[in-house]
Amino acid sequence: MDQITLNHGSGGRATQDLIQEIFIEEFDNDILRKKEDSAVLDTGEREKVFTTDSYVIRPVFFPGGNLGKLSLTGTMNDLAVMGAKPKWISCGVIIREGYKISDLKKIVHSMAETAKNQDVKVVTGDTKVVEQSSCDGIFINTSGIGRLLKEAIHSDKSIETGDIVLVNGYIGDHAAALISARQDFKINIDINSDCVSLYPLIKELVNNIKGVKFIRDITRGGLATILNELVQNKEAGIELEKNKIPIRDKVVGLCEPLGYNPLYFANEGKFALIVKPEEAQRALKIMQQHPLGKNSAIIGQVKKEPKGEVSLRTEIGSTRIIGMLDKEIIPRIC
Amino acid sequence: MKYVDEFRDADIVSKLEKKININNVGKKINLMEVCGGHTHAIYKYGLQEILPDEINLLSGPGCPVCVTPQEYIDKAIVLAQKEDIIITSFGDMLKVPGSRSSLKKEKSRGHSIKICYSPDEAIRTAVENRKKEIVFLGIGFETTAPSIAQTIKKAREEKINNFSVLPASKTMPEAMEALLQSEEVAIDGFICPGHVSTITGSTIYNFIPEEYNIPCVISGFEPVDILESINKLIKQINKEESKVENQYTRSVKIKGNKKAKAIMYTVFTKSESKWRGLGTIPESGLQISEEFKKYNAENRFDISVPKPDKSDECICGAIMRGVQSPQDCSLFKTSCTPKSPVGPCMVSSEGPCAAFYKYQLS
Repeated sequence: MDQITLNHGSGGRATQDLIQEIFIEEFDNDILRKKEDSAVLDTGEREKVFTTDSYVIRPVFFPGGNLGKLSLTGTMNDLAVMGAKPKWISCGVIIREGYKISDLKKIVHSMAETAKNQDVKVVTGDTKVVEQSSCDGIFINTSGIGRLLKEAIHSDKSIETGDIVLVNGYIGDHAAALISARQDFKINIDINSDCVSLYPLIKELVNNIKGVKFIRDITRGGLATILNELVQNKEAGIELEKNKIPIRDKVVGLCEPLGYNPLYFANEGKFALIVKPEEAQRALKIMQQHPLGKNSAIIGQVKKEPKGEVSLRTEIGSTRIIGMLDKEIIPRIC
Repeated sequence: MKYVDEFRDADIVSKLEKKININNVGKKINLMEVCGGHTHAIYKYGLQEILPDEINLLSGPGCPVCVTPQEYIDKAIVLAQKEDIIITSFGDMLKVPGSRSSLKKEKSRGHSIKICYSPDEAIRTAVENRKKEIVFLGIGFETTAPSIAQTIKKAREEKINNFSVLPASKTMPEAMEALLQSEEVAIDGFICPGHVSTITGSTIYNFIPEEYNIPCVISGFEPVDILESINKLIKQINKEESKVENQYTRSVKIKGNKKAKAIMYTVFTKSESKWRGLGTIPESGLQISEEFKKYNAENRFDISVPKPDKSDECICGAIMRGVQSPQDCSLFKTSCTPKSPVGPCMVSSEGPCAAFYKYQLS
């Protein structure tokens, strides 16, 4: 058995074998072992958060990760930024007939490893096999449930003039790694995706900083877009300082000839944090002392004007608007 | 040297800012750039904001997509609607509205339109799709014309017979002269295009100081480049001099890129050309020469389009001539946005309306 066939999606013995050998063995946990139609979750008293995401990234294996790892960290990060500990994940896989089973094994193994490292259980799943023409490889959907550490960090919480914007490290690595891996432009740069679970650092912040106003993972649309979403229709704006935003030279080097702006680049291991001004230095210290935030920086501030917009102090000291991403720059980035 | 940070250095910018001193304080000075790259950089770095009030930066006809006439888009659409044709094009062209549709709309209706990053990609598409006709939309100035010419030459050498170009390449000096002759705007100096000049060399602008007494400085694209070029122009204006200076010495040489020029004039010959906003300008176009005419899509296919209806409201033409600014347009930010552009100046990132929309503080 080295390739997926339509028979693996029949619901019969081949499906059973595939699920047992590849998924259940890798994801092994008490809930999954029961092989019920639904997972029974002992959710305790705290409020829960629930999210879902589909992953269609190309290439499936990229520097610093693969579809499997990403499908876990992406969903876990969506839970973590709400202030929750990721607990249970579902895994729906759509595979094209002819897909290499060895590749599927690698993907599932990464998922299992990522889950175990973070004390997360994959508790339910589904596998479908489709014809060659219906899918160009493999797609994964994961949903996740997390348990709130304290109260939920809602993005509509009021931000106020003077609040400080921080980021937990270099911006743009994920998109840059993908562009390099795809070779659309025949440009090679030695860079890994930042694909990682952010929960361990977010936990430290939530437990130790009182004035957390906003946390959002900086995925599609990049830093510029998530901050624009935040200030839209608000009585305040955000001013970023170009010189303070951590961006690797090699990412700048990739962007320059291609006309890309790394502020619109997707990340898979970065978040923007907004805190009260008096908490900014302490938050920065916590972040910089954590392995997931060594290169953290204060990058901007909430300002009264221009309302509802994100502005940028440029390298040369002038100010301009930095709007939302208006057209997709790199498709299938996650 | 990283060739990036040094040209965006706040200290150097501040020194240059202080250097720019106008003798005749109070008199408006119009400096025009004729390159989309300059338009974009000026807005992106907010350069107008840090210049003395007297200096007024105007955008001229420097964005290749913006100056391409509507009929050209209409022709491309007619071709795209033919079953056996795959249109290949630089991405910006897709969103430019023709008189009734755009290539983007045609693409969503299922017609074959492929975005290419270089003309060479179009040739590869032709090799991979031998049973289809591949038409490349050959727009742009002297910067892109050599690579289009090279592609046509390659098609002939490698007997790739299913490839042709819908030609609309243009040359810049004739458009600059047309602007000066129209006398619609008093231009006190030209910031000349760095990429065009890298190909052509620096002497193509000599007639401007010689015949029109207007200073010219060929400029690079970073804030320090542009400010240094403005400083050079102001110095000439202060001294009442006019000559061509080259600020972009790290790329532009007097004679330009001889190899690129040679190939350009092997495949193309000078011809009249229609510019959006400027009308037909003699000798301002590059037509595919007799020798290579089978690679001209105009000869290969029957492409007749009705004369487009004129839109009264869009003022892209006047913006291209430096007569009006994006904020003068009643459609700007209302019915014309980058998401649904009415005119080409809102389409390309090098278009003045798009750059103004994207970067300007309200």
